[in-house]
Amino acid sequence: MEQIAFFVLALLSIASALVVVTNRNPITSAVALAFNLVSIAGLYMVLDAQFIGLLQVIVYAGAIMVLILFVIMLLNLREEAQAHPVGTFQRVLAPVATVLFAVAIGRGVWLSTPPVFPAASAGYGTASSVGRELFTTFYYPFEAISLLLVVAMVGAVLLAKKKLS
Amino acid sequence: MIDPRLVLLVSAALFAIGVAGVLTRRGAITILMCVELMLNAGNLAFIAFARLFDGPEAQIYVFFVMTLAAAEAAAGLAIVIALFRLRGTTDVDEINLLKW
Repeated sequence: MEQIAFFVLALLSIASALVVVTNRNPITSAVALAFNLVSIAGLYMVLDAQFIGLLQVIVYAGAIMVLILFVIMLLNLREEAQAHPVGTFQRVLAPVATVLFAVAIGRGVWLSTPPVFPAASAGYGTASSVGRELFTTFYYPFEAISLLLVVAMVGAVLLAKKKLS
Repeated sequence: MIDPRLVLLVSAALFAIGVAGVLTRRGAITILMCVELMLNAGNLAFIAFARLFDGPEAQIYVFFVMTLAAAEAAAGLAIVIALFRLRGTTDVDEINLLKW
């Protein structure tokens, strides 16, 4: 059961990732990306990280995707223009380099990772266990990241508001 | 039971697809979306290792990466909007002021 769910979600995530990369229409890409993020949230759930899975749906598939779709529709982007066709060099070399890259990473992790997961401890992945660690051991990083969010927000407002000349 | 190596292979494949997108696409927003794809592939590897080492630390790293991705999306999209106002396009081949 667990294994079937894993394979279905893995296939869905890879297929939707391919759609994101190959489709010319930015809105189709964005919807495929939302699909990809939700299936990755499913993978988190299969791997017992329920709290992170829920965060993924709320923050990524919810907030960030709405932001991206909003900007695409605000700028009224159509299909990518053909004014500068991608060079054949780039079109041929990019997939080859990418496949080699994936094979290199895949071989490394395949050889260095044990083939079975150990049994999870009680309460693994719940909001309570993650939250306790977050507000004790990782308290200062947590405060720093909230500062970073404020800086990013102020920067985004300033950048989008000002009329550049 | 799921094989951890398969999870990491899926993560590697997703990351590679994201790299291919960044290399071949020209729309600035599509490139940002491919970067999100790569961040998510990294997150998936973190979750697999969290389960492998049976602890909450790696899950908290994923939490931090998500926050960073939110900040990156906000700032990146603001830059795209500013560029679109300035040049009327989001094609990264047109936007080469800093090249050379």
